[in-house]
Amino acid sequence: MLGTLSYNKQKTIIIVSFLLIPLILLGTFTYYPALKLIYYSFTNWDGYSPEKPWVGLANYKEVFTTPDIFKVFTHNFAYFAMGIIQNIVAIYFAVILTGKLRGKTGFRILLFLPYIMNGVAVAFMFGYVFDTTNGSLNVFLNNIGLSSLAQTSWLGTDGLVNYSLASTGFWRFMGYNMVIYIASLQAIPRDIYEAAKIDGANSMQTLWRITLPNMKPVIQLNLFLTVTGALEVFDLPFVLTKGGPAGASQTYVMRVVDTAFAYSNYGLASAMSIILLFFVVFVLLLQQLVLNRGGDK
Amino acid sequence: MTHSKSKFSIPDFLKYLSLIIGVFVVLFPPYVVIVNAFKSTDEFNSSSSMALPKNFLNFDNFIAVFQRGGLLSGFGNVLIIIVITLTLNILFGTMVAFVLGRFSFKLKPIVFGAYLVATIIPSITTQVATFGIIKNMGLYNTLGAPIVLYIGADVIQIILYLQFIRNIPVDLDESAMVEGASLFKIYRSIIFPLLTPATATLIILKTISIYNDMYIPYLYMPKQSLGVVTTVLMRFQGVNSGEWNLICAAILLILLPTIVLYFFLQRYIFEGVTSGAVK
Repeated sequence: MLGTLSYNKQKTIIIVSFLLIPLILLGTFTYYPALKLIYYSFTNWDGYSPEKPWVGLANYKEVFTTPDIFKVFTHNFAYFAMGIIQNIVAIYFAVILTGKLRGKTGFRILLFLPYIMNGVAVAFMFGYVFDTTNGSLNVFLNNIGLSSLAQTSWLGTDGLVNYSLASTGFWRFMGYNMVIYIASLQAIPRDIYEAAKIDGANSMQTLWRITLPNMKPVIQLNLFLTVTGALEVFDLPFVLTKGGPAGASQTYVMRVVDTAFAYSNYGLASAMSIILLFFVVFVLLLQQLVLNRGGDK
Repeated sequence: MTHSKSKFSIPDFLKYLSLIIGVFVVLFPPYVVIVNAFKSTDEFNSSSSMALPKNFLNFDNFIAVFQRGGLLSGFGNVLIIIVITLTLNILFGTMVAFVLGRFSFKLKPIVFGAYLVATIIPSITTQVATFGIIKNMGLYNTLGAPIVLYIGADVIQIILYLQFIRNIPVDLDESAMVEGASLFKIYRSIIFPLLTPATATLIILKTISIYNDMYIPYLYMPKQSLGVVTTVLMRFQGVNSGEWNLICAAILLILLPTIVLYFFLQRYIFEGVTSGAVK
């Protein structure tokens, strides 16, 4: 039936019909909630009452005048720092695993392995690894002669708990970043490398002039995901430490979720979400600015 | 800076060393879980947490896990969610990518932009608003809640498909058009099948992310009978906290399916982007 129409008409039909449902889904479950969130942020809705009293900017004022709320971002910083290292390590492994190397398939399979593991299971697994008295990390440190470190309470020390949790995230997601980088490396057409070889380029020149510039969009995407990931950490501390000890590992998103679902303060929680969104946008713009200016193209 | 041609150079040695350290770090935590899952409570209390168990055929902990928690229904629920979600998601994802990858039209940058911008909206905090939508749709405490939240295409998926579509020569489309094929037929018989490696990759990645997701099932399906593996494990840990040998067994049981799946299907993930489409 479609075949009898001109390709121009078919094109219109396909574009509309193929995009209709996906865009409805995107609108209903992403953009509509986001708009509602903006609306709620100007009310002090409790989550169930039919009326949503308008309070103007009161929620935003509360967020900015309660230093306690912003302090939790210092907990998120650990995830950001680890995320940057994670990307560097991932690019490193991706580059060496796309080169000539014996056993690279095996290494690739093993390094990616943590990503496929269930997050809650991994969280409890690390709960055991980090355990102070029986934990295998301390047992291991003791075995290799670092007994001074072997008494560390990895999840019970204020400054340390977030880095312990973030390193669990590193453990889980490095392989994922690596595989994305490998895919982008393999998408670079082989003939560019062959042409470079004919022109006498060495491997460092190839890396700087061909490999990394071609990976730039993917690096940008991964960095963006790292930053948003760090700002939005939730699962790991929620499962493993429940924000403890005494709130030392509570992240911003955990606080938003608590504010809404535990304290029924949907208005304030919505304002906190919108502020988070602004931070994400700000960081993204900053990153674009820095990376695009620093580019050697 | 000339490239070394020797058989085993220092750079090679450093590469292997870094890889071996990486693999050790990856395997250390699962090793600990495996050895302790096979220990009886007495043995667990008396031995080092890194020591091998006396008997690798001691399945008592695993039996106890199955008897105490709703693990089987957890597996069943998550399987239903995954199958329905993936069928629809792959369909939507390839459709969006086909339109974005093969046609040019005025709204194209906006459509792609809408998917890109969606990723910056913090998905966990918007649940504050999504919660009401799901309730109004009558999906609260049903398997439908996670399904409708998972089926939409996401930007990573679209980018991956677009990378593949760019590598499918437009000649294929054009020669099909010469033979009078409709655009729908080109999607169904050329593009969709040639996207199979990307689809296989996405099936694995999405299966894993759904199987691993905790917050959506936790929030939308608190009903006991609707537990998925993550929520079942959380309840199990809550009830049996401190009994690490039991928890290790539960962790292992939950890790096993994805690990098995992974070792069978990993070649799809790593399969090269270029598939010899043109003969």
